[in-house]
Amino acid sequence: MRDETVRLALPAAGEATERPISLAIVAMGGQGGGVLTDWIVQLAENHGWVAQSTSVPGVAQRTGATIYYIEAMPPLDGRKPILSLMPTPGDVDVVMAAEFMEAGRSILRGLVTPDRTTLIASNHRSLAIGEKIAPGNGIADGSAVTGAIGIAAKTEIIFDLNALAIAHGSVISAAMFGALAAASVLPFSRDSYLNVIRAGGKGAKASIETFEAAFDQVKTGAAEIAAPAQAKQAVASPATPDPDLAGLIARLNQELPEPVLAMARAGLKKVVDFQDVAYGTEYLDILRTLHAADRSAGGGARAYAFTEAAAKYLANAMTYDDVIRVADLKTRAGRRARIESELEMSEGQVLQTTEFMHPRMEEVMGMLPASFSRWLGAQPRLRGWLDRRVNRGRRVRTYSLPWFLALYVVGGMRGLRRRSLRHAIETAHRDGWLKAATEAVATNYQLGVEILQCRRLVKGYSDTHSRGLSKFDRTLAAIKLVERRDDAADWARRLREAALKDSAGKELDGVIQTIKTFA
Amino acid sequence: MAERSFAREVEDLRLGDGDTFRGEGILAITKALLQSGVAYVGGYQGSPISHLMDVLADAKDVLDDLGVVFQSSANEAAAAAMLSASVMYPLRGAVAWKSTVGTNVASDALANLASGGVTGGTMIIVGEDYGEGSSIMQERTHAFAMKSQIWLLDPRPDHECIVNLIEKGFELSEFSNTPVMLEVRVRACHMHGSFACKDNVKPKHTIKDALNNPRRDVNRIVLPPAAYEHEQEKIKTRMPAAVGFVRDNKLNEWMGPKQGKVGIIMQGGMYNNVIRALQYLGLSDAYGNTQVPLYVMNVTYPVIDTEVAEFCLDKEAVLIVEEGQPEYLEQAINTVLRRRDIQARVHGKDVLPMGGDYTAQVLLGGVREFLEKTEPRLLGNRPPAPDAAPVLNHPAIEKLKQVVPARPPGLCTGCPERPIFAAMKLVEEELGQHHVSADIGCHLFSILPPFNIGATTMGFGLGPASTSAFNVKADKRSIAVMGDGGFWHNGLTSGIGNAVFNKHDGVFVIVDNFYTSATGGQDILSSRAVNKRRDTNNSIVKAVKGIGGQWVRQLDRTYDVGKMRDTLKEALTTKDEGPKVIVASSECMLNKQRRVKPLMTKAIKDGIRTVKERFGVDEDVCTGDHACIRLSGCPSLSVKQLDDPLRDDPVAAIDNSCVGCGNCGEVAEAAVLCPSFYRADVIHNPTGWDKFKSRVAMAVIGWLQRRRDRRRPALEALA
Repeated sequence: MRDETVRLALPAAGEATERPISLAIVAMGGQGGGVLTDWIVQLAENHGWVAQSTSVPGVAQRTGATIYYIEAMPPLDGRKPILSLMPTPGDVDVVMAAEFMEAGRSILRGLVTPDRTTLIASNHRSLAIGEKIAPGNGIADGSAVTGAIGIAAKTEIIFDLNALAIAHGSVISAAMFGALAAASVLPFSRDSYLNVIRAGGKGAKASIETFEAAFDQVKTGAAEIAAPAQAKQAVASPATPDPDLAGLIARLNQELPEPVLAMARAGLKKVVDFQDVAYGTEYLDILRTLHAADRSAGGGARAYAFTEAAAKYLANAMTYDDVIRVADLKTRAGRRARIESELEMSEGQVLQTTEFMHPRMEEVMGMLPASFSRWLGAQPRLRGWLDRRVNRGRRVRTYSLPWFLALYVVGGMRGLRRRSLRHAIETAHRDGWLKAATEAVATNYQLGVEILQCRRLVKGYSDTHSRGLSKFDRTLAAIKLVERRDDAADWARRLREAALKDSAGKELDGVIQTIKTFA
Repeated sequence: MAERSFAREVEDLRLGDGDTFRGEGILAITKALLQSGVAYVGGYQGSPISHLMDVLADAKDVLDDLGVVFQSSANEAAAAAMLSASVMYPLRGAVAWKSTVGTNVASDALANLASGGVTGGTMIIVGEDYGEGSSIMQERTHAFAMKSQIWLLDPRPDHECIVNLIEKGFELSEFSNTPVMLEVRVRACHMHGSFACKDNVKPKHTIKDALNNPRRDVNRIVLPPAAYEHEQEKIKTRMPAAVGFVRDNKLNEWMGPKQGKVGIIMQGGMYNNVIRALQYLGLSDAYGNTQVPLYVMNVTYPVIDTEVAEFCLDKEAVLIVEEGQPEYLEQAINTVLRRRDIQARVHGKDVLPMGGDYTAQVLLGGVREFLEKTEPRLLGNRPPAPDAAPVLNHPAIEKLKQVVPARPPGLCTGCPERPIFAAMKLVEEELGQHHVSADIGCHLFSILPPFNIGATTMGFGLGPASTSAFNVKADKRSIAVMGDGGFWHNGLTSGIGNAVFNKHDGVFVIVDNFYTSATGGQDILSSRAVNKRRDTNNSIVKAVKGIGGQWVRQLDRTYDVGKMRDTLKEALTTKDEGPKVIVASSECMLNKQRRVKPLMTKAIKDGIRTVKERFGVDEDVCTGDHACIRLSGCPSLSVKQLDDPLRDDPVAAIDNSCVGCGNCGEVAEAAVLCPSFYRADVIHNPTGWDKFKSRVAMAVIGWLQRRRDRRRPALEALA
């Protein structure tokens, strides 16, 4: 039937080409999409056009993804055009996305097509809940959106509209309006856009500045967005460079191969900062042993990946999060300077901070000398009595003298650290882990690297820390089951990635079950 | 105080002859009611008709001038019952609600109203919450109209048409002694458009007149034998009257050529998208100049048999465009044609989907298939229609599907309901999972990540009632959650009263945030604000106790996660019998910020000492396990990647939108999470004492810090 009609070559019954200009604004609730919509409608009406906008307030506006849609067209001999209430995939002239993943979503909805759509999108990210709750790194890959935009959009205007708006003291809607004006899709002058903002009155000045900056940014591409102010580093300069540390640095440069130097320097810095120069020596000693194992396993051909992973995760393992470290970090001068800069504090304002701390007897015992602490652990009644006194939430006013002094004293207890129970536990755990990795690397190089990387699973405090440790232990036990297989490294990676997916470790258990079916 | 102020829109309600109204559809409807001379208006808020309630609440002066009574009804049933004022008196009245949920609640009153019939014109504005963006079950109001015999108007999405139909609708109601429903879809409610105004009309007969001159007629009351008479009246008198009125006043519209082999019959609400679909097929221009005959049913119930017959008589086939299911119109039209033996074939749900939005894209497919089957010549040389498929099938776009994260709605920044669910999560970790019945309101977001709490939701205010079967002695107790809105809507009796009477042992959490927040922050009985036109500040706790609740706990700061957790634990474990009711109260943060922010800005500007609170995360203390986020989900609590080669995972970070509610710190403390969180208090316009204290402390602190820094190895060499 279709073929027959095509052969008939009948002309189209009417003029199908004359269609309204359509614009879709994809945003999250609370991003000012409504204001932008009103501006565009006003702009079109000021030119005698008929404009219609629709939106869906309601639950979607409570931080969910939402869409505003506008159609506009001049009337014909007093007749109003019939305008649609929803965007039609493949038939949208302008899509404005107030966030980068929302731009991606608009592409998936078919709103962006190469034959007609100008895509104006801010490339900043506002993370979705699913990206934030993963125990590991759940942030979506923005490059997939960039790639898709290149294919889907006719014209693209992509930059950080949000940063530009903030830099000019306004909100993203004003920046998007400016970008729209510069895109020249609508046949209206720059002045007529500005008139719409001016008529709004309140907040017009900041909106106009933002509009103009965005307009110029699109037109010239030159106007750089002001980077957020860097945190002031108010670290007191030391009297003289430390000769012991200089010795360590020289050792590091001499003993380790070029590809791992950067990581090892970062690691050494963290370790020395955590404890002292002697601890740095211990770090380098261990690293030297691991590097020797790496060399004999033929690491030279693999850019010493084993040593590099060791430099990274050994430093993390050695700088475990204990009470001393937290107290030290909280009392540093640089910390207050960072907060002040984040809050953009000005002269004449006074800052106070309150810490939310909940120490338990476990933390106190971890700080005590190992033998005493073990004895105390064997006295349940005394331990319970002490725990009742210690274990409760405390609001610590950091910059009041009594509290600061208390934190300062705790932060200065490094001398006790290496004899403490916590240190003994951490060292034993560390040794077991490194032993497993060293054994593995001799026969299966990549497996050795993977085992080192499993250290990533250990993090957090109290219960979270225990859960991490338990995942670490389960992962290493499961690796043991497959260590003789050729694809052991693959399984190790799979196990680790699964462990980072959810907090309860359900995915990890799934992979372990799979392994048990064949191992 | 509602979420939005409508002070400016109220001015639009005063427009008169010669003025042009420009604005939102739902406000155009409000104006149309005033132009129709209504004597009273009521309703219950909810998307998409909340703005109608809000603007009337702000329009006291306009309404007073006209002598219009406006009520914020307790629920939709109360609103529907309000229409009984038009039974005996020639009073025009209107009520509004979200449908079908509101219509469900109102059904009892509506059925009684429709049975006895009305003297004054009555109109029910239903916001048809169907299709994308809807927050409720997908059903049609059409069924209610048919079963109670209430006329159903479904105007074209055009302000002029909607306003005209409201005015005509009141006449129709009076002429046929039958209530009328006006169905407007979500997008039509929020559609910006314009219409030429008329002057507002003062009601000819006022409520006062009615009160002073009471009338009664036992034949209007639903009781045998009158009830049987009503049914006969509906069939023999009211229906023919309505059909005649609709026909004579040409409420339905005929568009396009008079003759044609095929035609399209549609609900008025579908018109714009049908035109767009025809345009894509080259069968209409943008101004509705169509090549295909159209019959637009602005009145979808009753079906005007003679008009349908006339339209179909010379056609070989017709397409019925009717959104939603079942296909009531298609069935009705088939009956009309069969009875008259008219041979036009009827297409509808065979070429269009049975359910879901009839977007221009969907209609394009349906109309094309219809024409291919019936009159392919019309399709001509088939100009290319918009098609995103080539783009969507591209591998790079396919890949994107795996990347773009879902973005479900969630609780706002600083929401006082968040700590309640964080506490429930903590209790769950200790006492195991429980059966939780959720309710309607913002708190329903608890069912989504990160909380994942709540097994069912059975309707507004019915959270507690939906645990009523779980009334046996067991190791665990059921938990029901209900908002203050649901509590006053019906939950006090259906939930709490029911539990007291049946000696239910479960736990009932009433989330009290001082407003019906999910619908836009309208006041209710227990709102704490002083509202001159309403009686607020009525205690939920007193109501619960008044109905017989014995075990009642009031928490006045939901952000106290520890206390919230302990109270829940107590409720789940106490030996006391009967319902355990917890009233958790803190103001909706959205509304609070709207109230407090301008005051604070002004105070700072005026040089008054003001403390601004905000939370932060020490990034070097945070280990990046995100346990805090799994107990929060606050939009201002996010993660960021550090520029540190030793770190794999992003750390928690709090952005500028933080309102300092305290949830982060409380959760970190109660759940013994980590010491990364801190609250920063910035004192604006500090007093001399503030400055002195700070200066002294910081002098000592600075000295101590320098002392320790001198002893640290100089790490710059490693930077």
